[in-house]
Amino acid sequence: MDMAASLGQVTIRRIQILGRSGIFLFVSFIQVFTPPVRVHRLIKEIEFIGSKSFLIVFVTALFTGMVLGLQGHHTLTQFGAEALLGSAVALSIIRELGPVLCALMVTGRAGSAITAEIGIMKITDQFPALEMMAIDPLKYVISPKILAGIISLPLLTAFFDLVGISGGFLVGVKLLGVNEGAYFGKMISAVTFSDIYGGILKSLSFGVLIAWISCFMGFFAQPTTEGVSKATTQSVVLTSLSILVVDYILTSLLL
Amino acid sequence: MIKVENLVKTYGSIVASNNLNCHFEKGKITVILGGSGSGKSTLLRQITGLEKPDSGAVHFDGLDLTCTDKKSLYEKRKKMGMLFQGSALFNYLNIFENIAFPLREHTRIADNVIKTIVTMKLEMVGLRGTEHLMPSQLSGGMTKRVGLARAIVMDPKVIFYDEPTSGLDPISTGVIDKLIRDLNRKLNITSIVVSHDIESCFRIADKVIILFYGDIIAEGTVEEIKTSEDLKVQQFIKGEPEGPIPFTRTDKNYVEDLLLE
Repeated sequence: MDMAASLGQVTIRRIQILGRSGIFLFVSFIQVFTPPVRVHRLIKEIEFIGSKSFLIVFVTALFTGMVLGLQGHHTLTQFGAEALLGSAVALSIIRELGPVLCALMVTGRAGSAITAEIGIMKITDQFPALEMMAIDPLKYVISPKILAGIISLPLLTAFFDLVGISGGFLVGVKLLGVNEGAYFGKMISAVTFSDIYGGILKSLSFGVLIAWISCFMGFFAQPTTEGVSKATTQSVVLTSLSILVVDYILTSLLL
Repeated sequence: MIKVENLVKTYGSIVASNNLNCHFEKGKITVILGGSGSGKSTLLRQITGLEKPDSGAVHFDGLDLTCTDKKSLYEKRKKMGMLFQGSALFNYLNIFENIAFPLREHTRIADNVIKTIVTMKLEMVGLRGTEHLMPSQLSGGMTKRVGLARAIVMDPKVIFYDEPTSGLDPISTGVIDKLIRDLNRKLNITSIVVSHDIESCFRIADKVIILFYGDIIAEGTVEEIKTSEDLKVQQFIKGEPEGPIPFTRTDKNYVEDLLLE
């Protein structure tokens, strides 16, 4: 009986948290469109989530593309189909690896920092301070981060795709001698608009996920140092797992 | 100016506000005294609308803050300033931008005028010349003064101070006390101070309210408090370890607790 009761308690608590986080996202998102719109806050957040992630996304994309070129060439030559390398690299990057890896890297770099920053603002009473200055903390702090996530992730993913495909080109064509025309020709005929559209849709959803979970975990962290460090870890783990789960769901819907 | 009526707030089994009634007069300094856990910070958070009471009303300038919408609450907040215990400065902005923040958000004042206003407020708290520093580069007493400068930058009618002198050295305490009194006397700002610093309280207060586990046990001028015959009040203002206010938190018998498994 005790076990059933505590199981029920845990379930109710989880559902409450889920509901709270849903309201949190909804309210912050609505606030994006209510005046006054603070463009400078948005630009600052895009700089933090987006442009400061460029280097890490570049390196990840380059090596992902290169290793795909290497592995793909190794497998495809066994069937004498190395001409298909271009389409193999492009499809796997545009459909899956681009959005997912890019989102995971941004989670590690920006997501953790967002949770820590918001948690520290909470510990040091900066949210009540904003409240007392008649400024809505959700609108001032959270909304720009969520909008910045939505704007940054698709752009970063597009950049990832470009660099990844170039990485495959470097190894496949320049190093292993696949025909250049075949690499790009097969790619153009194999990649359809729905692949690109699907990739962008995924990156958009991941952008919302990253900003949403990292902000929520920081905002509702226990107001102690342990609380914030725990929230930071949890936020990275939860965001990464959610990205993988949501990726599967979206793929199954898109295919 | 501010009137609190039948305020009740509980956290689980802990009663933080037990049917409180009090009045904060315009242009006066009222100090809310009490030990840790006496419910004084909770009372302050309820008066400012940061926290909603379970029942009761807080009338501020003719409006009940407990059942108003966000827009009118924010309108009233523009007339309030608050100095937080940890100053609550924004750590990503320098001192100048911290103080200019409310002006930039709520007004369309030109940059050069903002600069003049910020310089004036910094001069009032004696920190002119620190504009370009970050909050982390200042000492505790200095960040409190910057917090005060930010609290008065919109020329509020009421300032709330949450433990303004806790953790400060005697000289910084004296400086903060003098600032609180000067702001009150020169600009006629109604001040509400939450504190457990008896000496500082007696220096600045026009009226003192003493809280004890969610109840008001004494209320009056400094003289009235000093000559109060209430044993709890006497114990508190003299800081005596023995008296009607227990030091231990549990009612369980100590010997029983030691001997029983």
